[in-house]
Amino acid sequence: MSLMNLTAVELGRKIRAKEVSVQEAAQASLESIDAKEDRLHSFITRIDRKKVLARADEVQKKIDAGELTGPLAGVPVAIKDNMNTKGVLTSAASHILDNFVPRFSATAVERLEQAGAVVVGKTNMDEFAMGSTTETSYFGPTANPFDTARVPGGSSGGSAAAVSGAEVPYALGSDTGGSIRQPCAYCGATGIKPTYGTVSRYGLIAYGSSLDQIGPIAKDVSDCAAILETIAAPDEKDSTSVARDSYAFTKSLTQGVKGLKIGIPRDYFGDGLDPEVRQKVLAAADVLKSEGAIVEEFDLSLVQYAIPAYYLIACAEASSNLERFDGVKYGYRTKDYEELHQMYKKTRSEGFGPEVRRRIMLGSFVLSSGYYDAYYLKALRTKALIKAAFDKAFARYDVILGPVAPTTAPKMNSSLSDPLKMYLSDVYTVSVNLCCLPGLSLPCGLASDGMPVGLQLIGDCFREDNLFRAAYAYEQARGPIMSPFAREEAEK
Amino acid sequence: MSGMKQYETVIGLEVHVELATKTKIFCGCSTAFGGAPNTHTCPVCTGMPGSLPVLNKQVVNYAIAVGLATNCDITRKCKFDRKNYFYPDNPQNYQISQLYYPICRNGHVDITVNGSQKSVGIHEIHMEEDAGKLIHDNWLDASLVDYNRSGVPLIEIVSEPDMRSSEEVIAYLEKLRTTIQYLGASDCKLQEGSMRADVNLSVREVGAKQFGTRTEMKNINSFKAIAHAIAGETQRQIELLEDGKKVIQETRRWDDNKGASFPMRSKEDAKDYRYFPEPDLPPIVISQEWIDRIKSREPEFKEEKQARYQKEFGLTEYDADILTDSRKIAETFEKAAAICGNPKKTANWLMDDTMRLLKDHSMDPEDIRFSPEHLAALVKLTDSNTINSSVAAEVFEKIFTDDIDPDKYVEEHGLKQVNDAGALEETIRGIVAANPQSVADYKAGKKKAIGFLVGQTMKAMKGKANPGMVNQILTRLLEE
Repeated sequence: MSLMNLTAVELGRKIRAKEVSVQEAAQASLESIDAKEDRLHSFITRIDRKKVLARADEVQKKIDAGELTGPLAGVPVAIKDNMNTKGVLTSAASHILDNFVPRFSATAVERLEQAGAVVVGKTNMDEFAMGSTTETSYFGPTANPFDTARVPGGSSGGSAAAVSGAEVPYALGSDTGGSIRQPCAYCGATGIKPTYGTVSRYGLIAYGSSLDQIGPIAKDVSDCAAILETIAAPDEKDSTSVARDSYAFTKSLTQGVKGLKIGIPRDYFGDGLDPEVRQKVLAAADVLKSEGAIVEEFDLSLVQYAIPAYYLIACAEASSNLERFDGVKYGYRTKDYEELHQMYKKTRSEGFGPEVRRRIMLGSFVLSSGYYDAYYLKALRTKALIKAAFDKAFARYDVILGPVAPTTAPKMNSSLSDPLKMYLSDVYTVSVNLCCLPGLSLPCGLASDGMPVGLQLIGDCFREDNLFRAAYAYEQARGPIMSPFAREEAEK
Repeated sequence: MSGMKQYETVIGLEVHVELATKTKIFCGCSTAFGGAPNTHTCPVCTGMPGSLPVLNKQVVNYAIAVGLATNCDITRKCKFDRKNYFYPDNPQNYQISQLYYPICRNGHVDITVNGSQKSVGIHEIHMEEDAGKLIHDNWLDASLVDYNRSGVPLIEIVSEPDMRSSEEVIAYLEKLRTTIQYLGASDCKLQEGSMRADVNLSVREVGAKQFGTRTEMKNINSFKAIAHAIAGETQRQIELLEDGKKVIQETRRWDDNKGASFPMRSKEDAKDYRYFPEPDLPPIVISQEWIDRIKSREPEFKEEKQARYQKEFGLTEYDADILTDSRKIAETFEKAAAICGNPKKTANWLMDDTMRLLKDHSMDPEDIRFSPEHLAALVKLTDSNTINSSVAAEVFEKIFTDDIDPDKYVEEHGLKQVNDAGALEETIRGIVAANPQSVADYKAGKKKAIGFLVGQTMKAMKGKANPGMVNQILTRLLEE
């Protein structure tokens, strides 16, 4: 058993109890990363060993002085590379930012550091979080710890693989259309995309500003609650962040599911859903039923419109958000150019990968005059209708239960050749972002090919408590799920 | 020429006004002028990855105040939009502005031109951020960007195409300027760019129902240049139409030195700004209470002041008009007049010497630095005959430039008027004795010769002699 097989909360407890030093915890993470990175490639940047250990020392002193008492004090963490880390390369997995070192840290990162987190590195991701496989990264793909021939999902694939592969106890991811939940499903990790506005977006390199949320990727539900409690707060630097009535997520874990009303949308179990995924997810619903939840099927409706609405809105916002990457102020600039327009064109053509270019073009198109009403405005109206459908559902149910993705993790090099098919695989996750809802993803068993299957629990806005109740109850009944890499770590 | 058609000019203005907030519209950086390049900047106003805008509420306060003063409807739920275009002075390559729900709409401003009243419609007022500044470095042969101005708050006031002459345009601009200055929302200096006007102009035959094709002229930075630009562009368009050609809808740059406008390069003008709602900023909900609060803080505007000055101080319409053109001048006038109790003399200092000195120093009325107390003290010094008028003019210059205390200054420099008849007579006798030729000239009928003797006397008295007494004594002695 290695320290990296512990959950973040367990490791934090041992550190506070002086059974383990912060240095030892950091060492364990660094060693695990050293042993596995050749095969996993979860990280874009691994922070210099000396710096990590110096930071561990600093945190240890604060713990000893009684200044740090939280559950995450001294626990190593990995940060997705689209979150600013002061003084550390923050590339968003893009060539255009492959020399960008920010001068300030994202609020979420700052909050973790204030709680005594020890950052060990920046994780791989799809370029600017655009992708569902982490294969669009300029730095090359990440492997799935359950099968290195498969993708870890995306866009937070590096964070999910690092957690599932026991390189770190937990990581931060970001979720614009499923980018936390889907890689968690593919890698057998647990993650939550909180209600929009719960975690500050300040310092997160924006993809779709109205959809982006930062959230935890961890080994279990308790960790997710503890991490979310640490990073969630209103932030005066992010005007879209909100002051919630309650941040006590951990408290709801053990409240049980007796009387909790769970709705299963029939629309999520139609064509295109792998039969094994279907069976595992429905089996999880049965577990919750046996724990005392009231489970029934219903028709959500409008599900087929979620993908087009999502991609129009996300790409429109992205096309504008990514305009600042122009070679003028920071980041990559083309070597050879005649004048300004050519500099812009060449810098951006060379600096962005094909998937990012595709989404910028799509987004620019739907915002251009003459098409705005036909596409963008229609997408906004569709979003409002989808939101109304969810509102209706939440009038009856506390939690909506369904799959995260239609299949288990696909093989490497099988997705990018058909982008439309890749987009369609986000069908169960994107509505959550469109409607600002919280969505939790946790494994619900392994398919016959040994790959994990993800269970998604969706709650009404600001009702993460219901998700934690259901997820924790299910997880207790399910038992642990370990990747071969985590097992390798345990057998060290 | 009998076949010559009659044309009328149709003009609408887009006026950008830089608001007088201490900090920028979406970050805490200073809006102060004159800092070293890129010293008033932060991640937000330089478009760094991960930065987010946070609205400065004072910008909304000013925009509402200007909207109320120009009779606009205030949009109760207004929103920001992104205007996308690539240019290095625009760090995000989008400008946060307002398109779909501007803060103010449907207003009007009343102007008076050649004695007749006219109402100019305000289509909308919206809030937006200013861009940085590009500087070409010939030595490096490179362009440099200064983002100190990036994110400085602006409002854009868009008029209806209601104006028909440059006189109307200037009256409209002057009205806007005084109104906004009175509100304290901006100093509205055209030369420095805190007020900028783009002129949309078309011509049509008198009586035509349809508007002609319009052009937009940018880069006009004085009232004089605006009048030139309107005359020049009107003539250019009429000539095109007379030649059977068409006016092309385009943006043109007015070059006041060449007295002509030139089309701006079309590349920069490929206008598809791909506007869409700014997702980083929630809508601004403006309550009736908020509007009432701002309305209650409204100052007494120029027109009301002008009428009051005529009534209260017996000033002429002309004088009251000049004094109230600038809120700063008007306030200085009111305070000084109240202290010294001589509004007419106070008004004269502000209208004559102050205006002349402002011109000499190429300053705006808003820039005057002297205190009303010192002006009032000066008026008292002249009223009590403590100093003569030439000394007073000298002292006023010192007040204007350095805001000196005139009582102290006169005391320290020994500038008090000599009213002692005995002392004056002694000096004058000496002057008469020393200038027999002038005395002879005077006595021979050349009465002008007295001027020379007065001058000599003043010189001998170092300018402090009471000029009336000098004249009187001198005349008496010469007549003896």
